[in-house]
Amino acid sequence: MSTQVPEQEGEAESSADAETDASVESPQEQRMAKKATDRAYRDAQKKAQEEIAAAEEAVRMKVFRYDPEVEGKQEPRFDEFHVPFEKGMTVLDALMYARDHYDPSLTFRHSCRQAVCGSDAMFVNGQQRLCCKTQMSDLEWPVRVEPLPHQDVVKDLVVDMQHFYDQMHSVEPYFQGENAPDGEEQKQTRENREKIKMSTRCIWCGACMSSCNIAAGDNEYLGPAAINKAYRFYMDEREDEAELEEHRLRILEQEHGVWRCQTQFSCTEVCPKDIPLTEHIQELKREAVKSNLKFW
Amino acid sequence: MSQSYNRGLIEDFGRWKEFQAGMWAWIFHKFTGWILVGYLFTHIAVLSTATTGAETYTQTLQGLESIFVVRILEIGLLATAVFHILNGTRLLLVDLGIGLGSQDRSFYASLVLTGAIVVASVPTFLAGLGGGA
Ligand code: SF4
Ligand code: FES
Repeated sequence: MSTQVPEQEGEAESSADAETDASVESPQEQRMAKKATDRAYRDAQKKAQEEIAAAEEAVRMKVFRYDPEVEGKQEPRFDEFHVPFEKGMTVLDALMYARDHYDPSLTFRHSCRQAVCGSDAMFVNGQQRLCCKTQMSDLEWPVRVEPLPHQDVVKDLVVDMQHFYDQMHSVEPYFQGENAPDGEEQKQTRENREKIKMSTRCIWCGACMSSCNIAAGDNEYLGPAAINKAYRFYMDEREDEAELEEHRLRILEQEHGVWRCQTQFSCTEVCPKDIPLTEHIQELKREAVKSNLKFW
Repeated sequence: MSQSYNRGLIEDFGRWKEFQAGMWAWIFHKFTGWILVGYLFTHIAVLSTATTGAETYTQTLQGLESIFVVRILEIGLLATAVFHILNGTRLLLVDLGIGLGSQDRSFYASLVLTGAIVVASVPTFLAGLGGGA
């Protein structure tokens, strides 16, 4: 499908290398290199046309585009791509096809392609989803692909995740506590493992945070993912010092912590790992109340 | 990063068609809550002008009850209050960790129940209109 691409990239790279190689290339050579790249893309596009004609169906995609570095692309717009549909095609497959055959500047993140790395969360047909997990056949066409809402767009479908990571780190997402005897393994009961099982599944995709409009309105709100991460450690019996639990609760109980959640369930709806986020937040609210009612 | 683009809040309410049950429940709950607060103040304001004597009080109320729009508004008030109470109960259960898995169904149930109660109340609210209180 995309045999053209390595070639084009190779050519583009080599011409770029030559340019940086202290102007050894004459203007004519540069023009020729550019022509070669253009030709390669024309070929790729032609091939795409042929494939579309041959394919039984073509998916229409509307993709959000924005590039701060290119004048004329700074105003966001939607580009349309027609991609030959194949059985089992995911949104990510289609995006890659569009990038490889139509526009090499189309930018998006992805890595594992199997719902493990969390890097390709996007806003597909009005909902936060992992593109590699979302089947084209499950969506209504034309498929509209946008970057995650409520996060600044860096380029095309890529958003700035810094704030999300900051919130995640703010709940101290790592084991603490001194109770482990040196050299001995710390065991966890089966029940406790079951209890925190779902909360350990988070892949830091940011879909939940992006879907939460409380988080959108309050930049300091920890957000569902961070609270879930805190739940994972708070509920873990291996962190059993009272002081530590108190410390974790203090982080969660702050003004912009668990109490901001207004049980809209948006996070739970979109989480690609089916983590019951709202449930975990509510449970922590109850823990907070219990710890404050001393007669409990 | 040289620059980035903030799409602002436009997507929030411009996308109402994509909202799901929990989001609608939240919006309706806020909305009905504010209406009830607004009503409470109007109620106090109107009644406080009518407490000068039994006569004024009866006149004011009868005057109000003879207006068709007021009767309709009363039905609206009942709908608002009933939904707010039912959804409030739903939220309380959610807070206690009950029925989290069926939160959308309980929202729809609150809507249906509100509708039923309101429809059943119509004859009572519109009774005696035109023929005096
Ligand atoms: S909780 Fe779910 S939606 Fe949120 S970041 Fe983790 S995996 Fe993604
Ligand atoms: S590419 Fe890794 S989660 Fe989709």
